[in-house]
Amino acid sequence: MDYYFLFTSLAKIVALLAVVLGIMNYAVYAERRISALIQDRLGPNRVGPAGLFQPIADAAKFLLKEDFTPRHVNTFYYWLAPCLAMIPAITTLAVVPFGSTLFGVPMVIADINVGVLFVFAIASLGVYGIVIAGWSSNSKYPFLGGVRSSSQMISYELSLGLAVIPVFLLVGQLRLTEVVRYQIEHGWMIAPFIGDWANLHKWLLAIPMLISFVVFMIAIFAETNRLPFDLPEAETELVGGYHTEYGSMKFGLFFLGEYIAMITGSAIIVTLFLGGWHFPGIPDGSHGWGWGLVNIFVFFSKVAALIFIFMWVRWTLPRFRYDQLMRLGWVFFFEIALVNIFLAAIILAYFPQ
Amino acid sequence: MSPILFWLFAFVMLVFGAAVVINRNPIASALSLVVCFMGLSALFISLDAFFIGIIQVLVYAGAVMVLFLFIIMLLDLRVEERRKINLVAFVGGLAVAFALFVQICFVVDQLGAAKQAFPSLRAAKMDDVHNVGLLLFTNYNLPFQIIGVLVLVATIGVVVLSKRELR
Repeated sequence: MDYYFLFTSLAKIVALLAVVLGIMNYAVYAERRISALIQDRLGPNRVGPAGLFQPIADAAKFLLKEDFTPRHVNTFYYWLAPCLAMIPAITTLAVVPFGSTLFGVPMVIADINVGVLFVFAIASLGVYGIVIAGWSSNSKYPFLGGVRSSSQMISYELSLGLAVIPVFLLVGQLRLTEVVRYQIEHGWMIAPFIGDWANLHKWLLAIPMLISFVVFMIAIFAETNRLPFDLPEAETELVGGYHTEYGSMKFGLFFLGEYIAMITGSAIIVTLFLGGWHFPGIPDGSHGWGWGLVNIFVFFSKVAALIFIFMWVRWTLPRFRYDQLMRLGWVFFFEIALVNIFLAAIILAYFPQ
Repeated sequence: MSPILFWLFAFVMLVFGAAVVINRNPIASALSLVVCFMGLSALFISLDAFFIGIIQVLVYAGAVMVLFLFIIMLLDLRVEERRKINLVAFVGGLAVAFALFVQICFVVDQLGAAKQAFPSLRAAKMDDVHNVGLLLFTNYNLPFQIIGVLVLVATIGVVVLSKRELR
């Protein structure tokens, strides 16, 4: 047994989990402050300096509330659902390269050769938590929320899968560290001006990559049930959607699971399209552990920027109607993603590097 | 591959495979089947067959079983739970399963190759995604295209059948 590998892997898992849970707690705080900013309010500013201890107060509230289980629910599945909502979102992070190297250890927990398929496989399991929550609650609104959510997630998974194919046509590997390495050598997928900017091939390829990026990002919005696609929990129609019957920490797990899914989605977008941990002018971890830390910081800064965009969109756009959402997914994004694959293939075939 | 992991996942698969049949609640059966698929995929992955293992989760656990669950949820489950156990079917099922088990034992016993361990693969990691893709687009391109057409025909068939009700 390789104890060195075991130890470094364990350290990476603990550290990544700590960082992501920290980001998650402060994402909730940031969401409240940003929504306040957009709506010309102040937001939470009483607990600690500028309200910075608000997440601690929130967590204490979730944990100390009475844990109430309604009588009419299917108890085992009612308890299982919040766990199932949380686990897939965290598991996906295992294959994302979140830094270059630190003391010679690659900053990715599991560098497997089917990286992006693993992401899709685990993401497709995320629907179980919501479906089981809706079904086990034995009540109308949660059930409708669960049904809506499962059909929405299945529909947008298609666009999600098709949108990344151009990236892998170009890179030729499904391994996520290879995608990042390619972007370090040839410039980021959607930013051809980075690196060798006078290359026509790169500028042509940026067109399908940009379309992929937009479709992928919108599909991630739908997969994480964020507004404008939060139909499974639309307050005006379904009370609280699939988590209507939940309270205290069990509701907290659904709530925080949504934020974790948002962080994971942003991390995948950063890895596939925005160069991962690379930033022009910053060397990788082989030049000293300080640069390794800087690379990790760059990665999480990009993730934070994307999370800000998620929040900005949420507090700016109104919600879609359910039939509009489904039509958009099946008739619009699905076709765009398909045509985009052909476009990328034609460019790759007729305009070689 | 560690033998402990093999026994662990094989045990999970067997327990949940039995739970699929034993459970009276169809939702519980469907979820047991999902756990069973996860165990199978873990066995594939521990044999370094990442591609097949992940596709197992993606297709069966992530897509097919979600649709199953979707349909089962819309049914009235109380009827199924109240139904009594049919003794004849129960005994008959056990007998058939036992007969199959005995047959498999006989076949394995007579097969010489099953008694000796297979030589292990080369230590070098093989890129199974690459190999599958290469074979599909070179040696087996015609069957691959034919399956594509078959799936297309099935899709059109589904659309035609489901539209007929609405008219």
